[in-house]
Amino acid sequence: MWSSLGLNLEAHEGLLNFLGGAYKDIYLSQKNRPKGMEYFDFVISEVHGLRIKELMDAKEEGRKIIGTFCVYVPEELILAVNGISVGLCAGAEVGTQEAEKYLPRNTCALIKGFVGFKLASLCPYVEATDLIVGETTCDGKKKAYEIFDEITGGKLYVMEIPNRKGDEGRKLWRSEIERFKEKLEEFTGIKITEENLSKSVKIVNEKRKALQRLATLRATKPTPISGLDALLINQISFYDDPVRFTDMLNKLCDELDERVKNGNGVFSKDTPRILVSGSPMAIPNWKLPFIIETSGAVIVGEEACVGERNFRNLTEENMGVKETLDNIASRYMGIDCACFTPNDERMTNISDMVDKYKADGVIHYSLQFCTPFTVESYKVKKTMDKKEVPFMALETDYSMEDFGQFKTRVEAFVEMIK
Amino acid sequence: MTYGGIDIGSRYIKFVLISENSEIVNIEKIDTGFSPLKSALELVKSYDLKTYFATGYGRHLLEIHDNAKTITEIKACATGSSNLFPECKAIIDIGGQDTKVITMNNKGKVINFLMNDKCAAGTGKFIEMMTNSLAMELADFSRLSDNDYNPKIKINSMCAVFAESEVISLITRGFDRREIASAIHHSVADKVISLALKLDILEKEIVFTGGCARNKYLVSILEERLGKSLNVSNPPDILSAYGAAIIAKDSCESTF
Repeated sequence: MWSSLGLNLEAHEGLLNFLGGAYKDIYLSQKNRPKGMEYFDFVISEVHGLRIKELMDAKEEGRKIIGTFCVYVPEELILAVNGISVGLCAGAEVGTQEAEKYLPRNTCALIKGFVGFKLASLCPYVEATDLIVGETTCDGKKKAYEIFDEITGGKLYVMEIPNRKGDEGRKLWRSEIERFKEKLEEFTGIKITEENLSKSVKIVNEKRKALQRLATLRATKPTPISGLDALLINQISFYDDPVRFTDMLNKLCDELDERVKNGNGVFSKDTPRILVSGSPMAIPNWKLPFIIETSGAVIVGEEACVGERNFRNLTEENMGVKETLDNIASRYMGIDCACFTPNDERMTNISDMVDKYKADGVIHYSLQFCTPFTVESYKVKKTMDKKEVPFMALETDYSMEDFGQFKTRVEAFVEMIK
Repeated sequence: MTYGGIDIGSRYIKFVLISENSEIVNIEKIDTGFSPLKSALELVKSYDLKTYFATGYGRHLLEIHDNAKTITEIKACATGSSNLFPECKAIIDIGGQDTKVITMNNKGKVINFLMNDKCAAGTGKFIEMMTNSLAMELADFSRLSDNDYNPKIKINSMCAVFAESEVISLITRGFDRREIASAIHHSVADKVISLALKLDILEKEIVFTGGCARNKYLVSILEERLGKSLNVSNPPDILSAYGAAIIAKDSCESTF
């Protein structure tokens, strides 16, 4: 299977060995993990195994695999045409030197990551895709997609995300939804109908509701699950089968309900609670969460695309095709990505999350050279200062060279809010 | 009974021994070298300590190998500084690898802090690298004065390695070594002042700590540009170790 995907087998083996080791150190060493995490441990262990096999089998049956990088790409539409939506590899420092042949050195780690994974032939997902949907959420991605199109042999389709949320922006986005619908219909030969669309909206809503349920459980003191485990679930939500995922997540949440009832927390009740806010953390970007949770604090929420931004809003169900497309457009316009100007919604959302999850402090995380989030950290700081919530902004990439310094800053922040 | 604080920094290990009434009994300072764990253990084992706390970049070494309690250099420095200078509410700390600005409340508790990124610009290491390219001794800097400053030359590079090429280019353009050395100091001051402004510390009483506070020329530039005098202890680089010792002592008292 691997060679038919054109992967670099030796390097792929090395990557898997590395990931296995990191996973053991970071995840399996945690204490008092819920039993329901076994499923997610299994999914991650098969991230480059069974799941790919499933995708290849689905392809055999004529289903299309559609790769994405952003919460802006409407999964509902992909499912409606019987497609499979998968988040692509971008969370590790892979193929950096190759990527730098195409990209400036001062490019964010995520962009270098997805280009690097492709150039190093290490991402089975990108190889398995029939179509890759990009989006114009930042200049770096927007321009890198032109190059990505070239190196993936013309797989790219780009959706234009407006920069402002007024009427004109909404109109543009609604027409982009229409254009995407037509693209998918043409690409798969399947027409989007009231029936298949309402079914897919339901599936995605159920998935988001399960993720919301998990998030709400974390608001309890003591929190019944670690931030690392919750992040992992959020990361897996981008590539696992949505129905199975929802089922397994709800089972885990049942267990967490029990824990909450019995006051059984994963850390003690007085552990400082941190809200992480900012750039997305694609798998296996666990550096900051690992540092936070080994420095005497617990993460109780992620104000991020891999996190709350992905599941905060639902789409209204049981409507005709046109109305549902309107609703999908509205639903996605409610996402508070830093690409918008102004973006005051995000400030309100962070404030609400601090209250809801009883956070004692906010750590703003931005990937180096991720201009929208790095610049916006100023406003987040101001909002938190006004609210008198301790705040710290960090900027980093996927490398480990700043590990020591990062640990010092996080530990000092935890000492400060204790 | 005595208590110890050990600060394992990137360049030096500092050890402070304090008495039951928090007075400094002894200070030791050695090169961090290639085996900081061995040196640090020898140091702490050579005293009869009731307990000690470790801080600094290498604190976790002692946590792992000697079961030591640790605190960050930020808390340690704030504790040490506010014990020595109770009126100070802000710290500028320039060490070997890190530059920090810290603000504290009346009780010496950290309110906020900023630290440089993974980058040597503005740190002691930066000055050391530039010194090498000028073939000057660190001690020569104390003999510099602002008469040596030529505002026409400015080190602009944020990156230490780029700054080194900038220095070399200035040398080849025939500028005086003293002028270049002065510009290097101003560039370090720029970085520190931008952190200081972000934390709004100008109205506060400030203590200047860390190895770079030994550099009298840097002290004078910072004082001039901040428009106020800075509190500097003698020696200025043991305040984190001192703070760690005080916290060690407090930890014993709170258990009784």
